[in-house]
Amino acid sequence: MSANVRETKLPGVGVRYEFTSEQGQSVGVIVHHDGRREMLAYDLDDPDACHSLLTLSDSDTHVLAELLGTSNVTETVAEIRQEIEGLAIEWVPLSKASSFNGHSIGQGRFRTKTGASIVAVMRNDNAVAAPGPEFVLEAGDVVVAVGTHDGLQLLRTLLEE
Amino acid sequence: MTLALSELSVQPSFLFAAGSTETALAFLEVGAVALGLALLSRLAARLGITAVPLYLIAGLAFGEGGIARLDVSTEFVALAAEIGVLLLLFSLGLEYTDVELRNGLKTGIPPGLVDMTLNAGSGVLVGLLLGWSWVAALLLGGVTWVSSSGVISKVLADLGRLGNRETAPVLNLLVIEDLAMAIYLPVMAALIVGGTFGETIASVSLALIVVAIILASALRFGVRISARVGSGSNESVLLGVFGLVLVTAGVAQLFDVSGAIGAFLVGLALSGRAEERALELLSPLRDLFAATFFVFFSFQIDPADLISVAGWALLLAVVTAGTKVATGWFAAARRGIGKKGRLRAGTILIARGEFSIVIAALGASLTDGAELGALAAGYVLITAIVGPLASRFSS
Repeated sequence: MSANVRETKLPGVGVRYEFTSEQGQSVGVIVHHDGRREMLAYDLDDPDACHSLLTLSDSDTHVLAELLGTSNVTETVAEIRQEIEGLAIEWVPLSKASSFNGHSIGQGRFRTKTGASIVAVMRNDNAVAAPGPEFVLEAGDVVVAVGTHDGLQLLRTLLEE
Repeated sequence: MTLALSELSVQPSFLFAAGSTETALAFLEVGAVALGLALLSRLAARLGITAVPLYLIAGLAFGEGGIARLDVSTEFVALAAEIGVLLLLFSLGLEYTDVELRNGLKTGIPPGLVDMTLNAGSGVLVGLLLGWSWVAALLLGGVTWVSSSGVISKVLADLGRLGNRETAPVLNLLVIEDLAMAIYLPVMAALIVGGTFGETIASVSLALIVVAIILASALRFGVRISARVGSGSNESVLLGVFGLVLVTAGVAQLFDVSGAIGAFLVGLALSGRAEERALELLSPLRDLFAATFFVFFSFQIDPADLISVAGWALLLAVVTAGTKVATGWFAAARRGIGKKGRLRAGTILIARGEFSIVIAALGASLTDGAELGALAAGYVLITAIVGPLASRFSS
């Protein structure tokens, strides 16, 4: 996730992410609370208005991300997913307000609390694969975690607080 | 709540008396009303509006001085209507997570204040112009203050505007209104009970303390309560959550804090899986009881009263449509949104709905209560229908 992705919380709906493509088109994604993703394109003459391009279910999103994705992390983890039923992967951005900023993964005791494992951390477009417990998290990091659906949900709430 | 609770004399054997013609008649009447409402909600869906105004019209037609007086058993319906209010408020509390509420507080205070001053201010002013008591005027202020989050979130989704940039400030404003209600409702409940100046101050402070305690424990123990009531079979979650809502409302009511606010705070406290399951399981129940509430509310309104306040309702609707557009314009402009977006943000906020009726129902026991109820019904009829249309034409 590049640095110029803008994140806006939509109370009662979810989170909207938005970036401007190299061609100057504004592209948005709404991540709904129920896991649906909605892809949006903003109008050129009225940049505040958008139209919905398509709506994807949780699993559709992973398929599309694989098709679009150039990240090695995505590919390797996708392979694991195919092997183990019931396992999911989630990208969780660490907000500025998170109390885990400046804490190491070990201090966070995430696996103990949620059962989910952090398999990579994306920082400034680079992926740190398999970070150790001593790895210190910073605001703006995107944590890539693997676990059960519930565990990941719990991890997301932990990291957003 | 003050909806004729004193009339509630429960006669346990009444509904179960086998083969009694009274029971048969009650079934026929309630069933006929439910079928009628089913048709109305179908019609509302086709028109793309909320069913609330249509329910109000149905209640008017079959109530006090309407075209045909239905003689349904009032005790039963009154209790069902009370439960409807609780479930409405409960699901309103469910709508936002505590994180969203905290975020809303961080950024939303200035637009929230503009919202309150312009919209509640207009209502209070009209109430005083009508020569009502301060309490009744303050209730009318509440009626004109709160936009209908139910109508607005539906219209936003229907028009595909969830992704628009002006939507975030609109939703934040709704969050702030919700939070403001957590203070407004108990304070009004205390003011309605009344008494000397000293007694009123004491009961208002008590109400605020009780709310603060419930709110603090909701934020503190929300996760644990959620884990407890949110697990198990559908049946146990349904009964557990329903029971929790009613018990909390009962406790709040004992302190004169208004049961509705207790239910609202339970909604705030639930999070995660419990929130999802509660919403899924209790929504049908809420729809059933809330429809009862809306019909029962206008059931007690004499259409003659409504006609006599129609001019005021129209004036109030026009003025507060303007003030809501100004509020939305202001909130959107702060986020650097263009003029078209500001207009969309303003017009979407015009719709008032379920909450305005809940507030008006609070004042049913006041001297000006009947007029307040009629005015609120007329007002919601206009804004709930015109609001969505206005926002549709604003793009």
